[in-house]
Amino acid sequence: MYATRARQARPEAFTARPSIAERLGLPYMDGPLFFASLALAVFSVFVLSEATMRDVPGDPGYFADRQAIYAGLGLIGMYVLARIDYSRFRELRVGIYTFLCVSISLVFVFGFAARGSRRAFDLPFFSFQPSELGKLLLVLALAGFVIDGARRGSARQRTVRYLCLGLAPAALVFLQPDLGTALVFGVITLAVMYVGGVRWTHLATIGAVTVALVAIVLVAAPTVGAPILKGYQEERLTSFLDPSGDPSDAGYQQNQAKIAIGSGEETGRGDRATQTRLDFVPERHTDFIFAVIGERYGFGGAALVLSLYALLIWRALRIVTLSKNSYGTLVAGGIAAMLLFQVFVNVGMNLGIMPITGIPLPLMSYGGSSVLATFLAIGVLESIHVQARLGQRGRFAW
Amino acid sequence: MYLRSDERGPAMSNRLALRIAVFGGVALVLFAILFFRLWTLQLVNGEEFLAEANNNRTREYRVVAPRGNILDRDGEVLVDNRTSLALQVNPRKLPADPKERRAELAQLAALTNATLPKVRKALHEELELAPSAPVTLRRDVGRYLVYFLQENQDRFPGVEVRRVFVRDYPQGTLAAHLFGNVGEVSEKQLKDPRYGSLEPGDTVGQDGVEFQYDEVLRGRAGATRIQVDSMGRPTPGGQLNVVEPAPGDNLRLTIDSGLQEAGEAALSGVGLPGAYVAMDVRSGAILAMGSNPTFDPAVFTKPLTQSQVDELYRDPVLSPLINRAIAGAYPTGSTYKPITSVAALASGNVTTTEPILDDGAFVLGGITFENAGGAAYGSISMQRALEVSSDVYYYTLGDRMNGTLALQEWAHRLGIGRETGIDLPGEEPGLLPTPAWRNQLYREDLTERPWSAGDNVNLSVGQGDLQADPLQMAVAYATIANGGTVPRPHVAMQVEDGAGRVLREIEPKPAREVPIDPEWRETILAGLHDAAQSGSGTSYGVFGGFPVPVAGKTGTAERFGYEDQSWYVVLAPYPDPEIVVAVTFEQGGFGADTAAPAALQILSEHFDKEAEPVETEGAIE
Repeated sequence: MYATRARQARPEAFTARPSIAERLGLPYMDGPLFFASLALAVFSVFVLSEATMRDVPGDPGYFADRQAIYAGLGLIGMYVLARIDYSRFRELRVGIYTFLCVSISLVFVFGFAARGSRRAFDLPFFSFQPSELGKLLLVLALAGFVIDGARRGSARQRTVRYLCLGLAPAALVFLQPDLGTALVFGVITLAVMYVGGVRWTHLATIGAVTVALVAIVLVAAPTVGAPILKGYQEERLTSFLDPSGDPSDAGYQQNQAKIAIGSGEETGRGDRATQTRLDFVPERHTDFIFAVIGERYGFGGAALVLSLYALLIWRALRIVTLSKNSYGTLVAGGIAAMLLFQVFVNVGMNLGIMPITGIPLPLMSYGGSSVLATFLAIGVLESIHVQARLGQRGRFAW
Repeated sequence: MYLRSDERGPAMSNRLALRIAVFGGVALVLFAILFFRLWTLQLVNGEEFLAEANNNRTREYRVVAPRGNILDRDGEVLVDNRTSLALQVNPRKLPADPKERRAELAQLAALTNATLPKVRKALHEELELAPSAPVTLRRDVGRYLVYFLQENQDRFPGVEVRRVFVRDYPQGTLAAHLFGNVGEVSEKQLKDPRYGSLEPGDTVGQDGVEFQYDEVLRGRAGATRIQVDSMGRPTPGGQLNVVEPAPGDNLRLTIDSGLQEAGEAALSGVGLPGAYVAMDVRSGAILAMGSNPTFDPAVFTKPLTQSQVDELYRDPVLSPLINRAIAGAYPTGSTYKPITSVAALASGNVTTTEPILDDGAFVLGGITFENAGGAAYGSISMQRALEVSSDVYYYTLGDRMNGTLALQEWAHRLGIGRETGIDLPGEEPGLLPTPAWRNQLYREDLTERPWSAGDNVNLSVGQGDLQADPLQMAVAYATIANGGTVPRPHVAMQVEDGAGRVLREIEPKPAREVPIDPEWRETILAGLHDAAQSGSGTSYGVFGGFPVPVAGKTGTAERFGYEDQSWYVVLAPYPDPEIVVAVTFEQGGFGADTAAPAALQILSEHFDKEAEPVETEGAIE
């Protein structure tokens, strides 16, 4: 608001020569959102530099350096998107949706397999995982379809249409197989539909069907001998219920993560963080990075990170309400849900209250695709914010 | 309309505002859950998790303590340790791939002359007991195998050669029955508080002195604590601390190696299954104790071969592992007569001087009991009766005491048919027949007749159902000889540290006192002395020419299903004995023929004096 008031206080004549900050559009961006995302990225690089020092022999900064580069690229991408009017994506929805589905499908052809799952292309500098960017693309495209189809067909037809549009790419991702990202796609779909005004009764039906499906997939299908999930997937999903079973399985890993976080106590163990330093916690630079934070920096560090996420999501929700148009509302809602879901599932998994689903912690987990995609998503949020601010001024600045 | 497409400004419909509010509420709840959980883990239960994390990263390796030595009374080493190279497999370091693991184990089996199933079984059994401890596949591996394994370490991940302590017996089979063997502590033992400080894989005494004085000999294992990663690999600079092992204390026995050797030579010279005990009359210190046949205690330091198992465990007649000196159960024959004497004197059924007519036969209820060899000694008193071993005299006493429990009570007081309380495991009480015992059997239809006077008559000469062992006889004789103190026999003398300083003397209190009138003692010892060293004594032929005055009694007991059991119990020097020697042989015939000469051999060694040969008139029992 301060920016607006400052502007209004000035005579019109001076607006012809805007300041550098104004030229960069900075006064129209949401500062706390930018600060939270930047702080998380910086903290991620810091944690990686400390915790993965010995992971790659001869290159102590392997993960930290790369993460810093991804974050830098992400920041640039964020800024570029913030300067673009997001509303254009609404017009491009069919192209975006097609690109989304094709890029995910191409992984089946050109992708390389890692741990029994094809989910990324091997590019010269890093391996690109289309489904990470796909989360944002799905938000942009689906929000467009919802706006576009708001007046076509009955309410039930619309609900079914949105569901199909959202679940088609989710199914592709699920087949890679990447259960975690598929779940994120599903949540995005539901969130966009929810914000888009799909009837409560329809949402309740979807909820009931989901519960029934989960029951069938996890309980009924394996009992009759026709498992839908791969063995490791099912084990990961259910082992958090009984974590102290076999020391070599997923439940053991989760238990170790829990021990790591608990042992951090108030102030953390610093370099004496043996749980994460001595390999007891697996995937410490990606899925279980929150355990590293909890062990090394204690409640102080972990609570700080959680607070930054809370700030991030609060700002995202605020942008939902500020948006100048409904498309922005839906997009911001989808992104907010996407971030919230990923943070909750990942941190919950680290804390032993959610199953292991391979969902990265946005901006913290090491990985170019995820960091880039998250920064781009925040860029879109900033764009919505900028457009809303400019709209309040009554004219376009650029 | 819910969505006002492209409408400018922040004006939202109320329905949308509600949905966003719900959304925000959900976000709030989710974050609250995360914060609450974080708080619980780190601030409420943090200490527990920290302990768990520390437990996770540290691994303790036990450093075995060498067991203490076992010495004889002069400090000569009877049992010590040698180091041996043991081939151990650390299951955590074996290849994870089942095929590779199988191949490696198969190769190991071939190298150690075992079979793959055997190796896998050994691994499996050990793993159940101690999941993280290395499994010893074989001890005493040859040097060349060690070299081979060291040169090909990369081909044998998880295989280690370690120095372990193995019991060594520099004196060979000497006193084998006393020591017992050592072995890995069993699962059951680990639950016993006695073994509270031990861990699976530790070695403890499983029998004999090794078992009885395990806490003395065991020592305390040391430990090296190191920091490991999740795969159990030591991390660089991760040695946390070292606790040096404390070696076990030495145990000095009361055993006199020279006497022990003489006794074992005497037993093996006869060659029959049998046993002997030489004991200090006052303190109960066992100077020597042996059982024949014997065995090599060192066989237990290696896995037994099938033929060894057959020999040691499957031979019901020879049973070399049984210590017959404390677990033999035999009728004692005439060596029992001093006990009958005490009982009859104490119960007032006879006096030391009362003459009783021995006409060669004693008739009771139509059954005639005769002296051995049909001899008749006329009117004799106790001293003479002992000298010539008159059965009729003692039949009379047995008959007189029937109806009372005098004979049984006094035998029981003197230590017959009960455990002496020696500091060795495996002692058998034997059997002292009483009317109640037999009548109970009869009621249960386990025997064809109830108790009768004949049973008491038989018992008075150590026949019938009586079962005793040499140690019990030695204790009874010692009690008579020392004037009524029932000694508690013991083989341990003192606990010493490695430098020979005495830490603790082992002097068990006497089991009990019994009132023995000095007159009875004098008469009985005189009778026994005459039996051994006067011309008409039963063992004059053996001890007549022995320069040390002794008091000894022969025994020839009928044992159902066997040839006669031969006995000799002797006290020396007469009239104030220091040592009692009891010898018995299964199927040894007359006491004077086998047991007495063996006892003489032992006493010759003890007093360092030889016996002169003497002329005899064919003395009989």
